[in-house]
Amino acid sequence: MLPCVAFAVSVHSFALTNAARGFILMDMRSFLRTLEHATLRDIALVCLADALVGASFGAISVSGGLPLWVPVAMSLLVFAGGSQFAAVGVVLSGGGALAAVATGLVLNARLLPFGFTVADVLEGPWWRRLFGAQLITDETAAFVLQQDDRRRRRAVFWLCGIALFAVWNVSVLLGAVAGGLIGDTDALGLDAAFPAVLLALVLPSLTDRRMRTAAVVGAVVAVVAVPYLPAGLPVLFSLVGLVFAGRPRVSEAGGVGDGERVPNIVKEEVR
Amino acid sequence: MPLYAVLLLAVGTYAYRLAGPLLGHRLALSERVRHLLTVAAAVLLVALVATGALTQGHGFAGWARPAGVLVAGVLALRRAPFPVIVVAGAATTAVLRLCGVG
Repeated sequence: MLPCVAFAVSVHSFALTNAARGFILMDMRSFLRTLEHATLRDIALVCLADALVGASFGAISVSGGLPLWVPVAMSLLVFAGGSQFAAVGVVLSGGGALAAVATGLVLNARLLPFGFTVADVLEGPWWRRLFGAQLITDETAAFVLQQDDRRRRRAVFWLCGIALFAVWNVSVLLGAVAGGLIGDTDALGLDAAFPAVLLALVLPSLTDRRMRTAAVVGAVVAVVAVPYLPAGLPVLFSLVGLVFAGRPRVSEAGGVGDGERVPNIVKEEVR
Repeated sequence: MPLYAVLLLAVGTYAYRLAGPLLGHRLALSERVRHLLTVAAAVLLVALVATGALTQGHGFAGWARPAGVLVAGVLALRRAPFPVIVVAGAATTAVLRLCGVG
């Protein structure tokens, strides 16, 4: 039931914004035929998981005091959940706008290698690259890495990318509207929801021991720095934890780079 | 959050995304850089969790909030579904406040 809704929403809302909608709809149908049933189900489950994260993002942003357009514009233009949460978190804790931007940009730097990973999928006319680039996320990169066949790589990228873009933006908007209706957010414990969401998102990726060490050291540094630095900067100071990052493992260096870690994220979300 | 900040973050993020599809054939990232970028993302997120859970302004946030985040973390480790994690975390904090814990 829900997967059908997700796909209907994605195909429909994309068609609204695209002049060549006949062509795209036909393309989407052939994409659906190209992909295995299990892959389609996984995409639907990731969409569902991201819809919940998006709704939380909208609700937390607006109930925290930001105007409705901020989470909505961020979701359309930035379209990277972790950095959206991070930037809003910095602002809601009293930090400056530039500290929020810096935190978001360091966080999104991981999209750089993903762009190289999926570059072959976007080969073709310039408009395909410009539009497709915006759809590169942890999730689309992970799905592309799971496919070997070129046609399937293309199909899974566009299907997952467009579906996620539609689902993410709709759920953020709905969450933001709902967040505006909430009165006393502290009494409902919503201030705990923000770190709780981030924790649920980051825990599955802390598989490596050195990564955990770097993260714990960074977190301690950030918390200790809070009384002394302007809001927003302590989180950036956590990057000193990177001295414990070590070198990439041999297994990592041999294959497709982050490929081994990324599918883990999807597996964790699809449970 | 002013509009220029949203636009700066959007343009920077789009630049990261576009570099690969535009330069894919002419440039390759070393494994070392890829590894550092992955770890940096995890470090920042964990630092955000820690400061968001423990601090408010320049001081301690009180016990109710970190207790809620702790409950959420335990549930996440036990692979509870996402909505359960978030609702249980917020509910713990809310109930503690109702009982008078700061």
